[in-house]
Amino acid sequence: MDFTFTEEQTMMAAALRELATDLCTPAVLRQRFEGAEGGAEERWQRLAELGLFGVLAPLAAGGMGLTDADFVLLAEEAGRAALPEPFAEQAAVALPVLARCGADREVADLLPRLASGTARIAVAHPRNPLVNVPPSPTHWLLCSQGRLALATADGVQAVERSSVDAGRRIVEVSAAGEAGRALAQGTRADALGAEVLARGAIYAAAQCLGLTARMLDIASSYVRERNQFGRPVGSYQAVKHHLASVAVKLEFARPVVYAAATCAAGTDPGSLAAASHAKLAATDAAELAARTAIQVHGAMGYSWELDLHFYMKRAWALSGAWGDRSFHARRMQRLLLEGALPLGPDHTFAFSA
Amino acid sequence: MALDLAYTPAQQRFRSEVRDWLAAHVPQAPLATLESEAGFAQHREWERTLAMGNYGMITWPAEYGGRGANLIDWLIFEEEYYRARAPLRVNQNGIFLLGPTLMEFGTAAQKARYLPKMAAGEEIWAQAWSEPQAGSDLAALRATAVRDGDSYVLRGHKIWSSRAAFADWAFGIFRTDPASERHRGLTFMLVPLRHPGVRVRGIRQIHGEPGFAEIFFEDARVPLDHRLGDEGQGWHIAMATAGFERGLMLRSPARFQVAAQRLIDLWRSHGAEADPALLGRVAQGWMDAQAYALNTYRTASRLMAGGSIGVEASLNKIFWSELDLDLHRTAMSLLGARAELVSAGAPGPADDWLEGFLFSLAGPIYAGTNEIQRNVIAERLLELPRA
Repeated sequence: MDFTFTEEQTMMAAALRELATDLCTPAVLRQRFEGAEGGAEERWQRLAELGLFGVLAPLAAGGMGLTDADFVLLAEEAGRAALPEPFAEQAAVALPVLARCGADREVADLLPRLASGTARIAVAHPRNPLVNVPPSPTHWLLCSQGRLALATADGVQAVERSSVDAGRRIVEVSAAGEAGRALAQGTRADALGAEVLARGAIYAAAQCLGLTARMLDIASSYVRERNQFGRPVGSYQAVKHHLASVAVKLEFARPVVYAAATCAAGTDPGSLAAASHAKLAATDAAELAARTAIQVHGAMGYSWELDLHFYMKRAWALSGAWGDRSFHARRMQRLLLEGALPLGPDHTFAFSA
Repeated sequence: MALDLAYTPAQQRFRSEVRDWLAAHVPQAPLATLESEAGFAQHREWERTLAMGNYGMITWPAEYGGRGANLIDWLIFEEEYYRARAPLRVNQNGIFLLGPTLMEFGTAAQKARYLPKMAAGEEIWAQAWSEPQAGSDLAALRATAVRDGDSYVLRGHKIWSSRAAFADWAFGIFRTDPASERHRGLTFMLVPLRHPGVRVRGIRQIHGEPGFAEIFFEDARVPLDHRLGDEGQGWHIAMATAGFERGLMLRSPARFQVAAQRLIDLWRSHGAEADPALLGRVAQGWMDAQAYALNTYRTASRLMAGGSIGVEASLNKIFWSELDLDLHRTAMSLLGARAELVSAGAPGPADDWLEGFLFSLAGPIYAGTNEIQRNVIAERLLELPRA
């Protein structure tokens, strides 16, 4: 039992933060929001150079062969930067699930290319109808009831949609249940689809942690500098208490998300509960951070000119992605009442770690 | 490998050892409330039983009555303790707050004198922080300890002292430099409560029992070795004690996990007729108790790796106190028209929730109000300017 991260794990996250400081600045996000490409290709290349698409890929596929405990801080950093590209979706949602289908020739060939970032995959799931697509996608992983399929980019009908979060490039897939070639069917496909959803939810949650921290930083800096009535607005208790409440939410969402990452592949009730809990806790924190950050900025917070809205909008978007609040809250309620989830103080870690 | 969330075989063995011992020793019938004289005596007796099993305070070194267990073992012990519905720890001010403080600031003689009796339940401790004019603003305190030869003479008035109505000892800070102001000139003192010049008067709490007391010091004379640390170091030591209180030990996650589990049972029996929105609150209660448990393991791991508790203690205190309030408010809503009922004699399930609800109202107040904790977070963690 050890709930700390290793130095290697935090150093890998620091590398991603450094990359984002160069290539995912608010100025770059602003370009995306104005419709420009905003350096997407270069970011993808740099992520690939650092080997980060291969963190969870098997060594045999040219990956690092690490675990979700090693990945979760990376997703948090991606959130902190509001990284536009579906980095977690490729590296930690599609890739580990496809690795379970490695007996398939096409998949076996694809895994090293996904790990190196030369192949780029988008992931569709009924609980994630609006898909964030990578720059120049090559493949699709398609989940539908009783079917898990792999398709090439031109084999899927997708319609571009406009999101309030213009940082990402969103499409909606039609007829996902017929496109591509089935890798699994029936209950096996559903089990893999459930893992896709759990991973999507957990890594959206991890991004929300980073977004919460970022918004809290932005808001705290602003209220330190902004003066009214002759002193910084951050010296007033009304403002302090708002921001302190965000810090509390963030502190207690973190361990929930980290724990969920350790059972991202689990299909037992404890693992499902952990994923739903992570999604709810982290999106609650991010939504409170967004709501609070805009408030303490006053009218400035409502302006396009301020960078804050890039992060707020990502938080809103992720809160509906990979199972929205209603889906996860109802699933959690069902798990708590059905009796299959062990309850009580001796079952804190009632998931398959 | 870090972020390893599985118990070792030794930890699993320890859990079953604790479980077996508690099953054999926890009193069948609930004890009377520890806010009453009879209940206090029963709880004192239970502390002795715990000590006989060497479970008084397992994280302490063996020489002080512990078994040198680490913090993960401590959490396992607490989980089993609450799972077994074992009695409240009447000496929590001693074992959770003063104990760690003594360990850090006490002399060898003081540790040997006080810790074993604390672990054995022989001496029960109260805290004596607040004064009538010094609550949230503790540094406004006026009680004095004036050095006179080989003793200190204590004068002043402490109030809202938890457990003081029936406890043996109290700890608190006194002004040793009468000319001093605010945080300076304060000294941490250990004071016997049944002692010439010390008068204790119980204060009835909202539930009608004397759960705290006021203490009048009227030229009470205590020896120099009743001072903990140096003269003038009192504020620093008191803040460390408060950190232990808000931080890891005072409110075990297991306490809230049991309450959350009982709340789910309450929904099962009352949910059919309840406002459907209450189910969301029941589930939120379970999730928050779970989050608190996970975070406590995270804190314990960090401390075991050589870290310390700073502002996290304030984050923690807000979270558990608001969680406790939410759980009990939800239960009261589910109990509906009968929630107000107090039954005579043995407490029933509704009584437990009512008593817990009343107690939960104190959570955001004691151990430093949540308003003060939010200021601390804003100023120390978020680096916002002081008013």
